[in-house]
Amino acid sequence: MRYLPKSPAERQEMLAAIGAKSIEELFSSIPEAYRLKKPLSLPGPLSETEVIQYFQARGAENSTGYTRFLGAGVYSHLRSVVTDAILQRGEFLTSYTPYQAEISQGTLQAIFEFQTLMCQLTGQEVANASMYDGSTATTEAVLMAERVTGRERVLVARSLHPEYREVLRTYAKNSGLKVEELPYIARGTLDVNALKAALREDVCAVVVQSPNFFGAIESYAPVAEAAHAAGALLVVAVAEALSLGIVKPPAEADIVAMEGQSFGLAPSYGGPFVGVIASRETFVRQMPGRLAGQTTDSDGRRGFVLTLATREQHIRREKATSNICTNQALCALAATVHLSLLGKEGIRELAEQNLAKARFALGELEKIPGVRRSFAAPFFNEFAVELPRSVKIVNAELLKSKIVGPYVLGTAYPELSKHALVCVTETTTRVEIEKFTAAVKSALESPL
Amino acid sequence: METSEIAEALQRKARMSDKIKNASRHTNRSEGLIFEKSSPGKRAFDLPLLDVPPLDASGTLGESHRRAGVEGFPEVSEIEVIRHFTRLSTWNYAIDLGMYPLGSCTMKYNPRVNEYVARLDGIATEHPYQPQELSQGCLRILWLLEKCLLEITGMDAITLQPAAGAQGELTGLLLIRAYHQKHGNPRKKVLIPDSAHGTNPATAVIAGYEVENIKSNADGQVDIAKLREQVTEDVAALMLTNPSTLGIYEQRIPEIAEVLHSKGALLYMDGANMNALAGITRPGDLGVDVMHLNLHKTFSTPHGGGGPGAGPVAMKKILEPFLPLPVLIEKDGGRLAQDFQRKESIGRVRAFGGNFGVLVRALAYILAYGPGLRQATEDAVLNANYIRKHLEGAYDLPYTRPSMHEVVFSDAIQKKHGVNTMDIAKRLIDYGFHPYTTAFPLIVSGALMIEPTESESKEECDYFIEAMKSIAEEVEKTPELVKTAPHTTRVRRLDEVGAARRPILRWKPATKQSEAAD
Repeated sequence: MRYLPKSPAERQEMLAAIGAKSIEELFSSIPEAYRLKKPLSLPGPLSETEVIQYFQARGAENSTGYTRFLGAGVYSHLRSVVTDAILQRGEFLTSYTPYQAEISQGTLQAIFEFQTLMCQLTGQEVANASMYDGSTATTEAVLMAERVTGRERVLVARSLHPEYREVLRTYAKNSGLKVEELPYIARGTLDVNALKAALREDVCAVVVQSPNFFGAIESYAPVAEAAHAAGALLVVAVAEALSLGIVKPPAEADIVAMEGQSFGLAPSYGGPFVGVIASRETFVRQMPGRLAGQTTDSDGRRGFVLTLATREQHIRREKATSNICTNQALCALAATVHLSLLGKEGIRELAEQNLAKARFALGELEKIPGVRRSFAAPFFNEFAVELPRSVKIVNAELLKSKIVGPYVLGTAYPELSKHALVCVTETTTRVEIEKFTAAVKSALESPL
Repeated sequence: METSEIAEALQRKARMSDKIKNASRHTNRSEGLIFEKSSPGKRAFDLPLLDVPPLDASGTLGESHRRAGVEGFPEVSEIEVIRHFTRLSTWNYAIDLGMYPLGSCTMKYNPRVNEYVARLDGIATEHPYQPQELSQGCLRILWLLEKCLLEITGMDAITLQPAAGAQGELTGLLLIRAYHQKHGNPRKKVLIPDSAHGTNPATAVIAGYEVENIKSNADGQVDIAKLREQVTEDVAALMLTNPSTLGIYEQRIPEIAEVLHSKGALLYMDGANMNALAGITRPGDLGVDVMHLNLHKTFSTPHGGGGPGAGPVAMKKILEPFLPLPVLIEKDGGRLAQDFQRKESIGRVRAFGGNFGVLVRALAYILAYGPGLRQATEDAVLNANYIRKHLEGAYDLPYTRPSMHEVVFSDAIQKKHGVNTMDIAKRLIDYGFHPYTTAFPLIVSGALMIEPTESESKEECDYFIEAMKSIAEEVEKTPELVKTAPHTTRVRRLDEVGAARRPILRWKPATKQSEAAD
């Protein structure tokens, strides 16, 4: 086997040194009755070429050659080859969690830079070394708010990503958290009056997403004011982090939970991505996940270490702030390299392109009779439109033109059964947008 | 290298160090932060020309929403980005550089082809919400991986959704909870051995359970008589790591399962150490009801400096109704689909079905080995025992039962000279190795937990043994040399206490916070 660096003679030599007659002897502590008598029934072994061919064949069964207008929490963005070149350096790829700081300064400094970038983006004071993804980051942010306030009710905007809400419910079920949902108003944003009516002294957090699941950008000030007046924390979830290149950051929030997939990570059928928790400095000891901090070595040189580990499971065990052990270090590194490449100008220009392209697409769609924008609130690169016909039927037609149509909002919002969530990023060309809108038009005109 | 030679080299180094300190910051030994390289107007990224009419962002978003710019973001060129991160990378130790014997972490070779296939068009490019008829390739990958992992574990059903081991543990306990709930009451307690990984108790609490510790016996095994007393109808499950964190196979698993089952409790197995069992024995055959696998351990997906991982959970039939959503199913004609309609499901533990890219890599690994996975397990156990044999005597072996894939020594001998496991670990760095796991498991005072994995050649194992023996000698002759290690790294021991006392968790421009600058 090509991954195993031993010759048969060396194996024998090692066995002899141990004083074992056969390899079987080393497994003698496993009772004979429970040892497998026959080889595992697995496909393979495959050569490297065959492994590649297997996955190429699977790739060909997917959507290659199709243009997508799907976002809904996973976005297609340009990724520089530089990012991948760095990620594939074995020193980053094949290293462990940087517990041994002296030989992990590369990872530690990169995490420190990541934390800094996340603070700058979100307008918060501290950010952790990353979480699994946006959905678990949002859930962990709520659990953090529960620890900070000692309260157990959480008010969640219905316009928070449906799957984020599902994850929150799964975690909440057994931790005593009571999750209640808040409606949205006609312009697509949170119903602040409903929020005010629901807020009482027992609410630990108010959770809103912005841009929310419908693409609508929320105004934080009134939400923060209402939440804070009741002593609750404001948790802002950001599923499309690139929006922060041009949209004001949630500086009024107490905790920001973000999905960073847009920064250098491929859609990859849903993961791995990179979650972020950023917050006010006063809450840092209640924060879940790893944190890198700056310090000095015994010669006085600047260096970095994992710090405030007394919050974590390997020290605190059942009293830890979270059971999470890993972060998504390599994905956080991708985001760090990607954002370093984009820089201050690049992220603004990229965000502007998204804004312009999405606006252009909306304009083209609105020219089609019967198509209208669902919500009046400003949006970034994603918006909802109402169609005069079922979105599923339209999408089935679009597939014939090799177009993967927009997200069907009726899937998660029965009241929006004729509404579609359209996403257009910088990767979508004008020609593709025009082809898409023409295909929508013809799908709406074709007889049922 | 002889001890005296090393000592001499260190003295030379000490004489040089003043000169090194004064060297230019442009050497790759003192790379600054990316923010410190920033200068307005530099850029490393050009976008394609905008092919739609440009917009005025203020007008579009409204002045109240528009952000002028991201304050503090770096402005650098491409070569600076490449050099910056390449330099940082050289400050890391990695499997690609040498042996990484971190016990319980299974730092094995991460095959490069796995990276290649995870990045293929049609694999990396796919969106989780695209129609299932356009995702058959992705679904077939998941389906085959499920089948392989079920064969390896001897279980009946599996979910690939959990993002990492700890989330797998949570998923497993939520399944157990749902099962008990269905039978009348979720029960109160989860039993966890004192040798367990810290995630076990932390997870149990999140799943809404009280943790009750169970003590290991003198052999490092579960004390069955005591267990019998502890298992009541309040106990939901026992979370057991097998082999234990001592690297010892838990011989009486079927009996343990029986004790639990007789009171209606379930047996959860932490599969962190599956690298000792794959192809040899199957947890499902031993009476285990549910377990998670760390694909970033046994199945070779890269640790990447701390993630991403993946923590699939395999279970017996009785837990299948509670699987997280969606569940992958086969329809007529071999078409695969995701089932979102399961009333008894515990719900979702992560958006979008899991770390697909990690799952791809794990399948690539399994396909490369096929049934030959057994050989990897054998070599892993061979390496651990080979190292144990050669280091016994030089280091104290607190538990003498046969070792599986890892061996746990203690620093009892070296303590007499004032040297502890952390000192030895740091000294190992000077010899070119990553340290073993220190101070874990908690039941061994001053533990040295060594897991070589199957990826090390005899030659590399011999180097390691030589280094460990040499350090044992140094401890006796020149303990100071060990206690002040490492001596050859870019930075020396770092002030962790200071870092925690006055946390600096982000860079700020020098004018605002001078201590963040160099």
